[in-house]
Amino acid sequence: MNGIWIMAGITFREAARRKILWTALIAAVLLLTIFGVALHLQMEEFNSRAMSPFLRYQVQSGMLMVGLYTADLLAVVMAILTSIDTLPGEISSGTIHAIATKPVARWQILIGKFVGFTGMIATYVAITFAGTIAVSYWIGGVAPQHPLRGALLVLMECVLALSLTFMLGTWFSTLTNGVLVLGLQGVAFMGGWLEQVSGFSQSAHIVTLGIVSSLIMPGESLWRRAAYEMQTPLAGSLSFSPFANVSIPSAVAIGYAGTYLVIVLAVAIYHFQHRDL
Amino acid sequence: MRNLSLTVRRGEIFGFLGPNGAGKSTSIKMLLGLVTPTGGEAFVLGAPANDVEIRRQIGFLPEDFRFYDWLTATELLEFHGRLCGMPAIKLRERVPAVLELVGLTAHRDWRLRGFSKGMLQRIGLAQALVHEPQVIFLDEPTSGLDPMGRRMVRDILRAQRERGATVFLNSHILSEIEITCDRVVFLKDGEVVASRDLKGSPETEIRVRARARKLSLEAIAGLTQWSLSVHSGAEDLIFTVASAEALPDVLRHLVSSGADVFEFTPERASLEDLFVKIVGEDRGL
Repeated sequence: MNGIWIMAGITFREAARRKILWTALIAAVLLLTIFGVALHLQMEEFNSRAMSPFLRYQVQSGMLMVGLYTADLLAVVMAILTSIDTLPGEISSGTIHAIATKPVARWQILIGKFVGFTGMIATYVAITFAGTIAVSYWIGGVAPQHPLRGALLVLMECVLALSLTFMLGTWFSTLTNGVLVLGLQGVAFMGGWLEQVSGFSQSAHIVTLGIVSSLIMPGESLWRRAAYEMQTPLAGSLSFSPFANVSIPSAVAIGYAGTYLVIVLAVAIYHFQHRDL
Repeated sequence: MRNLSLTVRRGEIFGFLGPNGAGKSTSIKMLLGLVTPTGGEAFVLGAPANDVEIRRQIGFLPEDFRFYDWLTATELLEFHGRLCGMPAIKLRERVPAVLELVGLTAHRDWRLRGFSKGMLQRIGLAQALVHEPQVIFLDEPTSGLDPMGRRMVRDILRAQRERGATVFLNSHILSEIEITCDRVVFLKDGEVVASRDLKGSPETEIRVRARARKLSLEAIAGLTQWSLSVHSGAEDLIFTVASAEALPDVLRHLVSSGADVFEFTPERASLEDLFVKIVGEDRGL
């Protein structure tokens, strides 16, 4: 087990030194700033029109969800981009040779790296979510319903993407890995929207297509469940948006995503354990 | 690889030679569990080659060495030492000692991305030695080093042999192998085609250059009982004998046949000569 923690530690440090992480953090700060200014302007607008507190609360909740959705997108992209090179890059450069010949099993190397990236992504999600909620509460006086549940589901979405970059990284080069994982992320995004559309159109074909897309890559269903957990029921039903409560992923869907994650990670371990380096 | 069969004795510096593409690096990777052979078996220190625990006793410097270049030299050695299970207290004393050994004490706090190729090779050697392994695999350890660096590596390898470690050395620099190794094997097309003891073994092939007058045809023909390769001129003879033990008999044969021998110079064939003879001339890729 010691090997896992050593690899996790070095991976966390490596990830923290990558420019992409700091770029993503700067982007998050920029977005928080824009989010804060927009909230402030909206509050001034509300005050000038003497809007009812109930409606004001619902609109502010919608604004908060926009902020959290942006943080979610940034976290997923950051999880993919920071980890995409870790296995294929070290295999192709030969960096892995000096490590895989130490008394550490290959599965420990992979799990250690996975834990390191998960720690880094968890920190990122915690910072961006806490920042978004703090700005929303400070300026608009609005906080999400179940922020911890929402943040954990978003973290799970990021870890799901991470497990895919690890699995495909044991087979493919960095570039191919990136194209494939981002492509699957696109499938997940499309699946989420199709399920939303199906809630309005009632088309059986669109429902089936949406479900199949979500089965291929269930990441987006985790976000939609997170959105459902975090916003007020009324705000969720207000609009046709990535956080509208038109089609709420069930506990079974979340369970499927969890099982998917575990299986993908197990395949990654198996293939890394048996391939030539 | 085909029918590869070799044994390395404990405590020797073993040279692994062969032309490009002969399978040297692949063989090392199989011995280290990086590559799984499609057939056969390999053991290191009595344990199967893919045994994880035995790797506490193994050090390895890869041919295309790449390390985390954002670490300092000290951090890299601490990382690899920890992977080998070394406790922090041991690392605190061992890391400065290994840095001193490879001549990098002054650069201990430099990040590796600022290192030259030679310095990277030195730190690579240091990570292979930090845990004081019993078997050390070195794949082209001197290719990026200057003459002083090569001398340092030679001294380190000899010191490792003196403390009882076994060194498995893969190098293209035959002069280095010749003065460092105890024994070499030659690999060609994935097969061991010859082996040679380099430490004064009577089996080592010797070339003899002689100058003599009154050389009869019978005298020259008689040399074939010791040598398969005899070149003769009017007064010159060049031939090879399989071992130094044969030299007195050869000289007696020439004198007793009536030749006046002015010069009789045994020359040990260089490793390069042996390499070309055993492996063959470069026929291009």
